[in-house]
Amino acid sequence: MWIAYKTIVIKEILRFSRIWVQTIFPPIITTSLYLLIFGGLMGERIGDMQGVDYLHFIIPGIILMTVIQNSYANTVSSFFLAKFNHSIEELLISPVSYWVILLGYISGGIARGFTVGLGVFIAVSFFVELHIYNVWIVLMTFLLTAILFSLAGFINAVFAQSFDDISIVPTFILMPMTYLGGMFYSVEILPEFWQTLSKFNPIYYMVDSFRMGFLGSSTTDFWVSMSVLSSMIVVLAVVAFYLLKKGVNIKT
Amino acid sequence: MTEALLISNLTKTYANNMQALSQVNLSVKQGDFFALLGSNGAGKTTMIGIICSLLNKSSGKVQVLGKDQSQHLNEVKRMIGLMPQEFNFNPFEPIEEILINQAGYYGIDRCTAKAQAKILLKRIELWDKRLDMAKSLSGGMKRRLMLARALIHQPKILILDEPSAGVDVEIRRSMWDFLRELNAQGVTIILTTHYLEEAESLCRNIAILDKGIIIEQTSMKKLLARVSQQVLILESVKRLPNTLPELDFKIELLDDYSIQVVLDEVSISQALNALSVKGIEIEHVRSAQNRLETLFLRLTSRKN
Repeated sequence: MWIAYKTIVIKEILRFSRIWVQTIFPPIITTSLYLLIFGGLMGERIGDMQGVDYLHFIIPGIILMTVIQNSYANTVSSFFLAKFNHSIEELLISPVSYWVILLGYISGGIARGFTVGLGVFIAVSFFVELHIYNVWIVLMTFLLTAILFSLAGFINAVFAQSFDDISIVPTFILMPMTYLGGMFYSVEILPEFWQTLSKFNPIYYMVDSFRMGFLGSSTTDFWVSMSVLSSMIVVLAVVAFYLLKKGVNIKT
Repeated sequence: MTEALLISNLTKTYANNMQALSQVNLSVKQGDFFALLGSNGAGKTTMIGIICSLLNKSSGKVQVLGKDQSQHLNEVKRMIGLMPQEFNFNPFEPIEEILINQAGYYGIDRCTAKAQAKILLKRIELWDKRLDMAKSLSGGMKRRLMLARALIHQPKILILDEPSAGVDVEIRRSMWDFLRELNAQGVTIILTTHYLEEAESLCRNIAILDKGIIIEQTSMKKLLARVSQQVLILESVKRLPNTLPELDFKIELLDDYSIQVVLDEVSISQALNALSVKGIEIEHVRSAQNRLETLFLRLTSRKN
């Protein structure tokens, strides 16, 4: 099982590495532009947020946004394409358990999230002096975020029937949730109703914890955030495993 | 000896209520070269899909080398290699990677897989293209790639669904040689094909599937013995007369030098003698039909 798992992970890493111009390079460019415009040019006019200057405030959120988008994009596109060109049959006819298939694809999503996140971190560090308050909090939040969105991308791919279906969720659900999760602002500045509503958005907990890892300050207790993320991972993992085992849209 | 494949009362009804297989019973002996024939939509690919765990069965039992598929799924999967009808690899993956990955899914480490891939790619004459993307291959090369992928884990049973569709004659013949070689090494081969000449030339036993039901299962020899009628094309040494003589068998002028004869109860030598008596000396004799094709059409049309 270990060899099969390793094979899927290597295959996934090679897949996104081969098309690095589409997968790795563009997020690094766009997030660097975000930082230049929102942080560099407009940041000085906005002033401090959560006790730090605006540029340093938005960096964790922007890095995490690339992790979310890329973990999701990797599993949704890879698994959907495997369904589309029927290469998923290579796995279905072989003695690989469903858990291994799921873990392999999720690990591929984590690998791409990590590669692009690290790329953005390195690119940003050329322009801004970055401090990490607690590297373990940063890594743990990154890992849970990447797992969660890789699972979400996998479930999207299972249901997707066309290429349109794999772009609907990122555009109409993921993007608004990311922007409204406190990536560009602290939820403390929102009216109470919107503050309460933000707490139903899982991305809020991720951004808050990730920011804590970098800046040392947060608006929610770290362990509460970790519990929310872990619970969501368990739910999505069970759903993804069930769909795979039942062969929904894969086997008839 | 345990059967390589034993199918009992296999039924498959799709969600749209289309019954693809109905109470199918089939057995294939170990080491056999077995043909599974049927028209389009007869249920061949559905049956193969169920055997290879790509489709869920509605009811029935599949046993591979004595192992029940429902109880020993992974063991059964390890014993089967599948070359499907449709191309089902990632066209953006290098050829060698496709084989190495497939081996990895069967638990074969990368180093061993690489060595095995090298042997197979050389055997199917794709070694020089090992680093190319699969999409760059011709149709025939893609088929050979799928054959190599089906063999990468050294299965005991090889299932080939239309292996030579779109493959030119020369490559088809070399593929046949390779399949005969594998069969001689003990690999049980189950073949579906639309080229009945292929089934006749390669297979020892045969089953004919029609509308989800097995209508015939026997040896190729016994089946072909049932074809008493022969249609032959005879080529004359000299130019043939415009009016042909009356004989005990059907005779038809094709062109100035050839005739077609239909022999029911007359042997070839009797026919040649009869023609010789009438002054027609024959230089070449060739079959105008594929015997299996005639029988296949007769069996499937009788059922319909």
